[in-house]
Amino acid sequence: MAVMAESAVAQVKRSSLWTRAFESRHFLGAMFMVPAIAILILFLAYPLALGFWLGMTDTKIGGAGRFIGFQNFVSLSKDSVFWLSVFNTIFYTVAASAVKFAIGLYLALLLNERLPFKSMVRAIVLLPFVVPTVLSAIAFWWIYDSQFSIISWVLIKAGLITRYIDFLGDPWNARWSVVAANIWRGVPFVAITLLAGLQTISPSLYEAANLDGATNLQRFRHITLPMLSPIIAVVMTFSVLMTFTDFQLIYTITRGGPINSTHLMATLSFQRAITGGNLGEGAAISNAMIPFLVAAILLSFFGLQRSRWQQGGRD
Amino acid sequence: MSSVQIRDVRKSFGNFEVLHGVSIPIEDGQFVVLVGPSGCGKSTLLRMLAGLENITSGTISIGDRVVNNVQPKERDIAMVFQNYALYPHMTVGENMGFSMKLRGESTEEINKRVKRAAEILALSPLLERYPRQLSGGQRQRVAMGRAIVRDPQVFLFDEPLSNLDAKLRVAMRTEIKELHQRLKTTTVYVTHDQIEAMTMADKIVVMHDGIVEQMGTPLELYDKPENQFVAGFIGSPSMNFLKGHVRVNGVATFEGPNGVKLPLRNAPAASDGRPVVYGVRPEHFTIADDGADAEIVVVEPTGSETQVFAKLGGEQVVAVFRERHQFNPGDKIKLKPDPSVVHLFDEATGKRV
Repeated sequence: MAVMAESAVAQVKRSSLWTRAFESRHFLGAMFMVPAIAILILFLAYPLALGFWLGMTDTKIGGAGRFIGFQNFVSLSKDSVFWLSVFNTIFYTVAASAVKFAIGLYLALLLNERLPFKSMVRAIVLLPFVVPTVLSAIAFWWIYDSQFSIISWVLIKAGLITRYIDFLGDPWNARWSVVAANIWRGVPFVAITLLAGLQTISPSLYEAANLDGATNLQRFRHITLPMLSPIIAVVMTFSVLMTFTDFQLIYTITRGGPINSTHLMATLSFQRAITGGNLGEGAAISNAMIPFLVAAILLSFFGLQRSRWQQGGRD
Repeated sequence: MSSVQIRDVRKSFGNFEVLHGVSIPIEDGQFVVLVGPSGCGKSTLLRMLAGLENITSGTISIGDRVVNNVQPKERDIAMVFQNYALYPHMTVGENMGFSMKLRGESTEEINKRVKRAAEILALSPLLERYPRQLSGGQRQRVAMGRAIVRDPQVFLFDEPLSNLDAKLRVAMRTEIKELHQRLKTTTVYVTHDQIEAMTMADKIVVMHDGIVEQMGTPLELYDKPENQFVAGFIGSPSMNFLKGHVRVNGVATFEGPNGVKLPLRNAPAASDGRPVVYGVRPEHFTIADDGADAEIVVVEPTGSETQVFAKLGGEQVVAVFRERHQFNPGDKIKLKPDPSVVHLFDEATGKRV
């Protein structure tokens, strides 16, 4: 009897502890965060850590590697192909992002006006974003083909050139070609996001500026641009990050050729790690991208810091 | 400063006409209030005056110049928007000086004018703040400051007080009126609040469904409403209306619903049996032994006066008394309208008889 009573008391105690735990804000809060943390660890932290570790080893496919410190990075620093890929990546990112921003902003401003068939035009603008990347890359591959290129064909028929353009055979032609493909693919994202930003600007601000005597250009300079700047910062950060880490377009169109002149760090990393089997070296190349990405994020972080006019409340 | 002439102005959106030929003369220095229920076209008319909407037909002139095809910025007008439309990324000072900056005036001149306007509106300590750091009333004043700095021919106000709380609204009302008395700039002010219209205007224009119902001074509209709409719109609580007939048996009386008899000062011509609407303002009821029987439904004391809702001939009416009667719901009272201020309207057309 006594034993049974004791165990019953213990049960009451245990259940009350359990109940109390769930009544505690901190415990309950932690429980709610568990799924999110699990996902972050499994899909973000673990691969990143593994990448770091692999970059410090000489792992090859099929064999466990050993820790070799920074030797991968030392050998990469003497590797001219690696440095070429760094140059290519920066060129690709800067050129494509600048043009994407210009065209995107132009399209957004255009779509913000009253246009005939506005919703249809908007849908068309989104099209490049909807098509799977590899599919559009294959299309570009054909457009740039040395024998079947439609661009060359049209230009020859128009009598503007006499020989087919070697889009992907010449290093600089190839670089500009893949930049153009990336721009085509990236413009919708910039345009639609900036359009969303434009639509948050109250029309009465333009009316007020109109009455204040602003010309179209002055309205753009003094109202649109400052009001849009926070969104521009976000969009361009995303755009730069996505362009810098681009892989699919390059790999499908040129595979890094000719003579590595379009190899980006991402494609070089894949080639060395998977195709070449040197997982350690490939990981090291990937890791070398991190400083650039962190720099871009920091830049946007400070750029994104809300300016004084956006902060609420009193001083 | 300038006069403004609105002549037979119409506005259509597609096939839908919202203004059906509106003519309003506005004298130099006048404070004109356009008032009406929402959807009556008053804001559209103001925006046409500002140049933000096209004029379908008719003319609008500012001073001697027809401005139908003149760009907003060349009309020399300043507008205060309902949501103030302050530039959020500019300080109060920059907001106020923006129009001058666009015109390429010297920084010195801009600062001088901004400083003067800020002094008028007591904004001097706030010039470095951003709009987000201001209260509603302060933003409202900045919007007015932006208008003052320009020293325009005409001020336009588009429901400027509707975003403020009740107390602030009363204060700003006085402030705007005071400002007008000081600057004497021609002002066109749009509101749906008849109290704002009554308290501020030199001239009220009552609009309804795209036409002007009546124009006049506030007291003209209150004393002699030309039709039932204006009678019901001006005054608070609004006028009571009772449907019935005129009876002439030696003295003219009004026979209302369920045989209620109410006094008339004199009978309109050819009137025995004429169907009319009898209008009496709540403040024109008195308690008198020869009044009509009524039963109290609700009593609402406000301190300075008491509003009494009562059934008169089966219809609910409201009466306002400044004396403190001891009323309770269910009490029988005798209500008598003052026949000298009773209004009669034609039942079919709503026009004043």
